[in-house]
Amino acid sequence: MATRLAPKELMKQPERLAPGHRLCAGCGASIVVRQMLAAIDEPVVISNATGCLEVATTIYPYTSWRVPWIHNAFENSASTISGVEAAYRSLVRQGKMEEKDVKFIGFGGDGGTYDIGLQALSGAVERGHQMLYVCYDNGAYMNTGIQRSSATPFGAHTTTSPAGKKIPGKQQFRKDLTRIMAAHDIPYVGQAAPSKWRDLMEKTRKAVNCGGPAFMNVLSSCNRGWRHATDETLEITQLGVDTCYWPLYEVEDGEWRLTYKPREKLPIEEWLKRQGRFRHLFKPQNRHLIDEKQEEIDRKWEELLERCGEA
Amino acid sequence: MTARLMQGDEACAEGAVAAGCRFFAGYPITPATEIAETLSRLLPRVGGKFIQMEDEIASIAAVIGASVGGAKALTATSGPGFSLMQENIGYAAMAEIPCVIVNVQRLGPSTGRPTSPAQGDVMQARWGTHGDYPVIALAPWTVRETFDLTVQAFNLSERYRTPVILLMDELIGHMREQVRLPDADTLELARRTETRVPPRWYKPFENFPDGPNVNVPPLVPFGEGYRYHITGLHHDERGYPTDRPDEIRPWLDRVFGKIERSLSDILLYEEDGIEDANILVIAYGSTARAARHAVKQARTRGSRVGFLRLKTIWPFAEEVVERAAARLHRVVVPELNRGQLVLEVERVVGRQKVRRVNRADGEMIRPSEILAVIEDLEGAV
Repeated sequence: MATRLAPKELMKQPERLAPGHRLCAGCGASIVVRQMLAAIDEPVVISNATGCLEVATTIYPYTSWRVPWIHNAFENSASTISGVEAAYRSLVRQGKMEEKDVKFIGFGGDGGTYDIGLQALSGAVERGHQMLYVCYDNGAYMNTGIQRSSATPFGAHTTTSPAGKKIPGKQQFRKDLTRIMAAHDIPYVGQAAPSKWRDLMEKTRKAVNCGGPAFMNVLSSCNRGWRHATDETLEITQLGVDTCYWPLYEVEDGEWRLTYKPREKLPIEEWLKRQGRFRHLFKPQNRHLIDEKQEEIDRKWEELLERCGEA
Repeated sequence: MTARLMQGDEACAEGAVAAGCRFFAGYPITPATEIAETLSRLLPRVGGKFIQMEDEIASIAAVIGASVGGAKALTATSGPGFSLMQENIGYAAMAEIPCVIVNVQRLGPSTGRPTSPAQGDVMQARWGTHGDYPVIALAPWTVRETFDLTVQAFNLSERYRTPVILLMDELIGHMREQVRLPDADTLELARRTETRVPPRWYKPFENFPDGPNVNVPPLVPFGEGYRYHITGLHHDERGYPTDRPDEIRPWLDRVFGKIERSLSDILLYEEDGIEDANILVIAYGSTARAARHAVKQARTRGSRVGFLRLKTIWPFAEEVVERAAARLHRVVVPELNRGQLVLEVERVVGRQKVRRVNRADGEMIRPSEILAVIEDLEGAV
């Protein structure tokens, strides 16, 4: 029987990502990975795209991974794990390996998923590999020093969308990857956040047990890029959820379902004002950008409610 | 101009803007990211365009598009991104589209060591894409020279309608030095040659008889009323696909010829103390700094050692090396790889004469390592 998703029980789960790694204090990535892996009782095999998670968990001469783990280049995590999965099933079919319920998981950041890795991810899920791909979305290329990605929110300052006299931060709205993946009509797509840990873990279970390709997009704070204190990670993540910047929902066999509805939908300002990357938006000449942002969020939220039959 | 402390990556960005570059498309990668970051600030100020693309394939493709649109265009990357760009570098060579590709080399292969210097992409810069094509590659050794060679890279790419690769390395890219940049109006800048013929006579790949332009037909930017065809297929003078050997051969002859007949303009190098030397050290990029130091030390100890530093590494300065090494007993070639440009040196002067000094472990070659080889050779002379 699956481990009950209760803190008491989960504490007994072996840590698959060992402590001692060099991710920054307050990094969302390790919280996401630990929560997700604790939700899976079965053996896991992991591929990891180039990025903070890969670099900081495998500092010479150590590794934090207590599971089979492979790093490939930036764009190849989804392709690599699809190869591992296909080979395993082939060897099982040939009777050369024992059949176990192995869960194959690819991890990548938003740069390695939304941008350079999108082709590989799209191809892997279209081919139907029985695997879960997880994007930990911190909204920029944090590993190379905070450059904008197509996941970077509108108006955010990054080193390649610098807020100044010419532009007020990133000028484009972010790509909605979760919906792009849902459009692949795969058995399971989920959007989650570590501040709602039980929701994240339940989605993880559904994803690895859906019998086909699954995708999860998980909001993951980077305090270096977002500019907030290291002990505010989960609080600020939850503000992203409660302002409906990052709604929690899932698409199971084509059925859209909202898994969390904020009691009171907070204005986006509540999320923006806690992060240094949006500080310039509060200057008088930029206030209209906050209104624009709010409008976009409202529009998408209403659309989501409708899809989920909540409108 | 006042002195400034800056990184090689910043100097590259400054050089690009000074050379008239108004378009950058790129993708973050250590140790080249600072070029993109700097240009994201500099380009909007001069009416230029900075675009961060979704990967390196898209970056070089956008640069090619921008160049055909009439802009001097740049992309900057490191080994893994340079590998992804290869197909489009071949396209730029085939379609003769001027553009500059900066590769701030790091230790490879694959992800390698992102923050360690290396010179492992020398052969990739020459032969990275498939097929036969000419290429120009330059390698700076200081922050200031990074500025100068970036300007040169643009000039050569415009003058010869060819992709030019600026082969920096992590040390040059990340190192900070005090530099005084020249005033922009003192720089000699190449402009794209304009056509004198009306649209209906225009042939973008014309094999006209050799003239002052060494057979570089003008590339008219899109949007000026000249309708023509650009393709990665072999093409005739108008740009239309061809499989006729009598059209493919003249194209190959011309694109190789325009480089080979212009070596006096393209080959940049610095030589010192070669006249009375009996040992010659040939180096390029960051390794030349250690080599220069070793040569100086050897000379103060009374050795007769010459120094040849190649700024242009492709095309290889065959005649320069041949001439410099003609009377010499031995040639030393230090490189941050397992031996790449040394293969060219050995081809020209003979393997027996050449001693290699190699490291490809992420550390710089120390002057003492080169000095030890010089002293060892001296003992044998």
